[in-house]
Parts: sequence; C-alpha cells; structure tokens
Amino acid sequence: MSVSYIPEDSRFEERPKAIKSWQRKVYDLLKDAGVTHFSYVPDAGHAQLIEWSASDPDVYSIPLSTEEEGVGISIGAHLGGGRSVLLMQSSGVGNCVNALALVKGGGFPFFTLVSMRGDFGEGNPMQVPMGQATRTVLEASGITCLCIDDEKDVEQTIKASLVMNIQSELSVAVLLGQKLLGAKKF
Amino acid sequence: MTKPTLDRREILPQLFPSTDGYLFISGLAGPARDAAALTGDSEKLYTMAGTMGAAVCMGLGVALSAPESKVAVITGDGELLMNVGSLATVASLQPENLSIVVVDNGCHGETGGQPGHTALRTDLEKMAEGAGIASTMTITSPDELADGAKFLQDATGPRILVARVLYGPPSDFRRNLDPAACRLRFRNSYLATA
Repeated sequence: MSVSYIPEDSRFEERPKAIKSWQRKVYDLLKDAGVTHFSYVPDAGHAQLIEWSASDPDVYSIPLSTEEEGVGISIGAHLGGGRSVLLMQSSGVGNCVNALALVKGGGFPFFTLVSMRGDFGEGNPMQVPMGQATRTVLEASGITCLCIDDEKDVEQTIKASLVMNIQSELSVAVLLGQKLLGAKKF
Repeated sequence: MTKPTLDRREILPQLFPSTDGYLFISGLAGPARDAAALTGDSEKLYTMAGTMGAAVCMGLGVALSAPESKVAVITGDGELLMNVGSLATVASLQPENLSIVVVDNGCHGETGGQPGHTALRTDLEKMAEGAGIASTMTITSPDELADGAKFLQDATGPRILVARVLYGPPSDFRRNLDPAACRLRFRNSYLATA
C-alpha cells in the first residue's frame, strides 16, 4: 500500500511534538482494527494522529479541503473493502451534514473522531454555537456519539466504539472533549 | 469558447467501449442516468440520488481501497463545483487508477436547466490543471470521442475528461434508488472478485 503523500522536497517541516501517551494508544487501536484510510483537515487536537498517519507506509493519509470530503472517502473506502476514520474538529461536523444523509440512507458504517471546541472552558465565542450543536447534529444524522473527557476512559471507549462500528456496523462518533484535550487560551 | 455539439446520451458508450475492470461512481441526476445506461445499472456502479458534491471523493476512496481496479467517476459540472476542492485532494494523493468524466452541460438540468458557471466563464479543465490533476482534456464534438477514449485508457492518472455537451435530456434509464441495497450489491460484488 502507499504511503505518505508528503514528498521529501515539500514545504512540510516537522514541528516540535508534545505527545500524550493516550494519543499513541488511539493510533495503535485504529491500526489494529484495520483502519486503512486516515482523512483529516489539519487540527491541533488530532495533530499527532495526523503526523503518524502521514509517515506510516501502511495507511493512506488523506488531507482534505473540507471535512465533507472525508464522508465521501469513508463511503468509497467501504465500497472498495477498506476501512476509514475521519479526524475532524467539531466545526467540521457542520460541513458534513448533507453527506451524512448517504451514510444513514445507505447504512454505511462511518467512523469519526471529533476534537471538541465550544465546550469545557471555551474562551472563543465564535466556537461555541457549532460546538454546542455538534452532538445534536450528529445524532440527528443517525450517528451514535460516545464522549471522552478523562484520559483514563480513552482506551475503553475507543475499543468499544470500534466494536460497535465494525461488528454492529453502527456509525459512531467519538467526541474528544476539551476537558481531555485542553482548551485553547484566548 | 467552442460551442459544443456532443449529445450527452452518446458519449459514455464511446468513451468506455469496454467497461471490463472498471468500478463506477456517479454523482446525482443526469450523470447517474447516463452511467446506469452505460452499465445496465450493474453491481460495478454506485450512483447517487442526493449528497451533491460527494462523487469525486467517493471515487477517491474506492480507488485507494481497490488499487487493482480502474475507477471512473461520472459527474456533472454542478456536482463537481459543489466540492471542487476535492480535485486538490485527489491531486495530493495521485491515485493512478482514478478517472473523472465531467458531463458539462453548463446548467442544472435536473432543476429546469438554469445556467451554471461553466456556461459563462468557468473552465473546469483549467481548474483541474490548477489543482494538480496529472492529465486533463476537454472535448466538445463527436469526432473527439475516440481521442477521449484513448485518453481515459492511456493518460497518466489521475485524469479528468471534461465533455462539454449540448443541453438536452440524459439517458432514459430507471435505476435502483435504494442506497443500502446498492451498497451491498457493489461491495459484495467487489469483495467476491477481489
């Protein structure tokens, strides 16, 4: 399989990392579950997963123009026998809504990790409306939501969400709260 | 711009003289009917009847998952413009097995033929070229169809062929509109042969 999309002569440069141990656990659980497509819009909350996927020769690391594209890639990956995860911020959920109609109508087992904005400790008022609407919008679109606010729940919840998604073919969003990720200072 | 003389109902059979080895994804409305007529609404085709703008990325997802298959997205000018950033996403991943055919009628045929941007100043081939798609081509007349077929077969992928067509009805073909049944039909067929 391919491979990093980032050529050696690109403008991409490695940035300093502040890796949290639970992030590696999440990546390894996704890989163990057979996830082959990691699609994303760049996001601080998912930065480590994005960078690991981009340097992992065993997966496709797919930078998107908008999160909605990741829904299409997820559907296409399933049709072709692959398995995908969409890494996005809660604001991106709003960009996905009409595409999620095909997830629900077609019974596609969609899987996403959502880094939350607009919840615990949010200091930017423009992030609040979409952040507060995220769970309602996902559930209205037929996606089952599991939330993680505490590091000690990460492994259990990610494992549970993958079982629901793969064995029961449920569409699942795991919401990574700002209590877990830390709120950006404003 | 050259005035097109292509009848949309006649282009796909000539652009794909053989559909062997292909998996097809189509956008909604006219391109879905044209693609269904081409394949007889076969299990190798997944058509949309909504979710406008998703076709190119669905095709990208299939192309990456099924690298040994040829994947063709059949879309329209309105559908492509709704998520035109997907061309940049395709260009970054460079799937060699992905072709995109745009049935560009310069209007929104499904809703009454209201003019679209490509009827005015917008050139989808140039947008695709600017996005970084490896191979691009535009055709406007029937005598270019053979070259179009050759392009789809031989040009370096990913490739996009913009077929500027006359305003007129799509193929008269009633396809299965059940998205869940079509999901199982497509996926099971692919996995059985993969």
